[in-house]
Amino acid sequence: MASIKMKPVDAVVIGGGWAGSILAKELTEAGQTVVMLERGADRSTASDGAYPGSIDELEGNFRHKIFQNLSKTSVTIRNSSDQTALPYRQMAAFLPGEGVGGAGLHWSGVHFRMPPDDLILRTKVKEKYGEKFIPEGMNLQDYGVTYDDLEPFFDKAEKVFGTSGEAYTVNGQVVGKGNVFAPSRSDHFPLPALKDVYGANMFRKAAEEVGFHPYAMPAANASAQYTNPYGVQMGPCNFCGYCSGYACYMYSKASPNVNILPALRPDPNFELRTEAHVLRVELDGTKTRATGVTYLDRNGNDVFQPAELVIVSAFQFHNVHLMLLSGIGKPYDPVANEGVVGRNFVYQNVTTTTAWFDKSVYTNQFIGTGGGGVAFDDFNSENFDHGPLGFIGGSPVWVNQAGIKGIAAAKIGGPPGTPHWGSAWKKAMVDTYQHSVRMDAHGTNMAYRDVYLDLDPTWKDAYGMPMLRMTFDWKDNDIRMNRYVVSQIAKVTKAMGARDVHLGQRQPGEHFDTRFYQTTHLAGGAVMGDDPKTSALNRYLQSWDVSNVFVIGANAFPQGTGYNPTGMVAALAYWSAHHIRTTYLKNPGPLVQL
Amino acid sequence: MTMPPPDPSRRTFMQGLAGAAALTSTALPVHSARSASEPAYSPTFFTPAEWAFVHAACDRLIPQDAVGPGAIALGVPEFIDRQMATPYAFGKSWYMQAPFVQGPANLGYQLPYAPRDIYRKGIAGAAAFVQAKYGKAFQDLDAATRDSILTGFETGDTLFGDLPAKVFFAQLLGNTMEGAFSDPSHGGNKGLGGWTTIGFPGARADFMDWVDQYGKPYPLGTVSISGETA
Repeated sequence: MASIKMKPVDAVVIGGGWAGSILAKELTEAGQTVVMLERGADRSTASDGAYPGSIDELEGNFRHKIFQNLSKTSVTIRNSSDQTALPYRQMAAFLPGEGVGGAGLHWSGVHFRMPPDDLILRTKVKEKYGEKFIPEGMNLQDYGVTYDDLEPFFDKAEKVFGTSGEAYTVNGQVVGKGNVFAPSRSDHFPLPALKDVYGANMFRKAAEEVGFHPYAMPAANASAQYTNPYGVQMGPCNFCGYCSGYACYMYSKASPNVNILPALRPDPNFELRTEAHVLRVELDGTKTRATGVTYLDRNGNDVFQPAELVIVSAFQFHNVHLMLLSGIGKPYDPVANEGVVGRNFVYQNVTTTTAWFDKSVYTNQFIGTGGGGVAFDDFNSENFDHGPLGFIGGSPVWVNQAGIKGIAAAKIGGPPGTPHWGSAWKKAMVDTYQHSVRMDAHGTNMAYRDVYLDLDPTWKDAYGMPMLRMTFDWKDNDIRMNRYVVSQIAKVTKAMGARDVHLGQRQPGEHFDTRFYQTTHLAGGAVMGDDPKTSALNRYLQSWDVSNVFVIGANAFPQGTGYNPTGMVAALAYWSAHHIRTTYLKNPGPLVQL
Repeated sequence: MTMPPPDPSRRTFMQGLAGAAALTSTALPVHSARSASEPAYSPTFFTPAEWAFVHAACDRLIPQDAVGPGAIALGVPEFIDRQMATPYAFGKSWYMQAPFVQGPANLGYQLPYAPRDIYRKGIAGAAAFVQAKYGKAFQDLDAATRDSILTGFETGDTLFGDLPAKVFFAQLLGNTMEGAFSDPSHGGNKGLGGWTTIGFPGARADFMDWVDQYGKPYPLGTVSISGETA
């Protein structure tokens, strides 16, 4: 295959998801020439979300039509350093995306702002409970940015996404029935909250009755027709139940494809190249400056794209992988406790509780919207006193009914203890499918010294590169947090009048199991912060070591948070872009001097 | 459902539905689905012996009973056979690079076999196991015996060479559920019998007017992507 050198551009953006699309939009607005490299196919609502063919559960959720094809590259996983990590061969525990839109095309739409205390968690915990409260081996850190720093960018992202929700406070004034624990906002949500589905409404009333503070979840699923600041339009969500795993045929769920790319594609400064698999970011002899990126094009040619600025904006763990393959930043060594790339790898700690109702009560679980629902935050972030409980972290709790379809219903079957097949399974499924409500404790996972990412010594991807290795397990602090919060859910299900309840709780000593879907909310591994000894990126998501490389994504979170990551990723993307535009481009170099 | 359809393609689709609904309202009640005039499906992947095994197993995984149609009436074997021609069955969406090292169960599937291999080896292994133990083919055993054999595969430690019976069973059960409850365009869920049994409305995908009809059953029947109704 040929070796090709392309004409230099100002900026190359790796990955066509939310982070890449936001950076490409911002940089072209600043007059930069931008090439976006996406390793998957081009995708749009017209091609991938055409009704009715696109709403095929087998293709969407079981054959993973718009997700990553693991045959080319995957990861290896183990629970601890003394094990041999084995390849993640089939999509199960987490489902990364591929193609234009990335995970932002197949996501559900839950769109939160980060709780202010989560951004300064180390400082907060030390102040409230003392440094000794932090368990041995937990790498608790601050982000290096505050809620006030990020507020304009949370606001901007919500306006671009057309987010539906109800505020509690705007500019310090109570304005509505939103989340009482949420920080003040500079403006209302662009759209009013979505309607509650029945299960969410029952949950709302019961949570109120037992003294919790329920609110409508902020959702990037449009509750009404909307035109965003880029002039692109969204249609009102009709609760079709095909959000997660699908390109929304109603143009209601925000995606890079619907909300940004229609404004970006016609820009003469912008070029999108699909089926372009980036192998590495190239560095000069000093290893402090990137000269561009090398990728394989769809014909297998080895292509070098020179650029002044490199934006690494693929999915969380692909960003870390690319940094390790390219030699950007010092790889983390858990034994010496040195290095930063791969350090503070975290997940999301989710368990599901089910309540069953009499057969006269129809919960119609097939009605759904991916980001909508009702939540309470009484046990999230620092909204409650952790002192007597002895753990760090928390969970929002919610009914987030995204639409349970036929195959999923069959695989869920009946309550625990009923068979998985045969007449007993069938009867249990029929008795429960239309009469259940599912709710999640969507909790934090803290960062630990012995949980990390590095390169696997054995398995390689289809391009001959060592695959990324995950060393991950559930830890006692996080298991105890989950068990405490889930025990609180019992009060709510009782008030809901459930006929029967299964509280989904982690078990003491439980190991991470790669075989069952949990969530795709992976984070950390190349985190932001104020200290290059404990962070790979500065507070602007700029590499400490290679200043013309910015790494945008959930990789930047120093530890897990109770909310879904996309809202924070989008805000960080706008935050970083703002500082690139206003400071970096005028005087390229490190934005933070040590 | 008095709301105007949102776009022309949907309007055409809904008109198609109206016609289909009119037809079914005069037709005989759909129970089993497959009409007598429809020619029997002829498998392209499974051999006759394998085909007989798949029928006999699927028939127990989703039995025909008072609750609703079983896997055979729903066309599940046809669904599985048709799936065997898709890239999925060749392992094209799985990471299949060597070495294949076995490890703790919670680290996931680590065999070099794609779904086609799992069926081929699994059915051969199961047939030999049954023949040795009962002196008969699986399909010639009564329902209770077939159930106990399948339960043994599901929960026990039987090996078919290097393929655990558990892995074969999980593959068969997973595909059976997919076949019974996926859109009928894939060959299963004949007559929308799977969806009707549980009350899933299929490709309706528009609940704007039922979101806040709290606690009430959804009034419209099931529809497939092609516009077939039940």
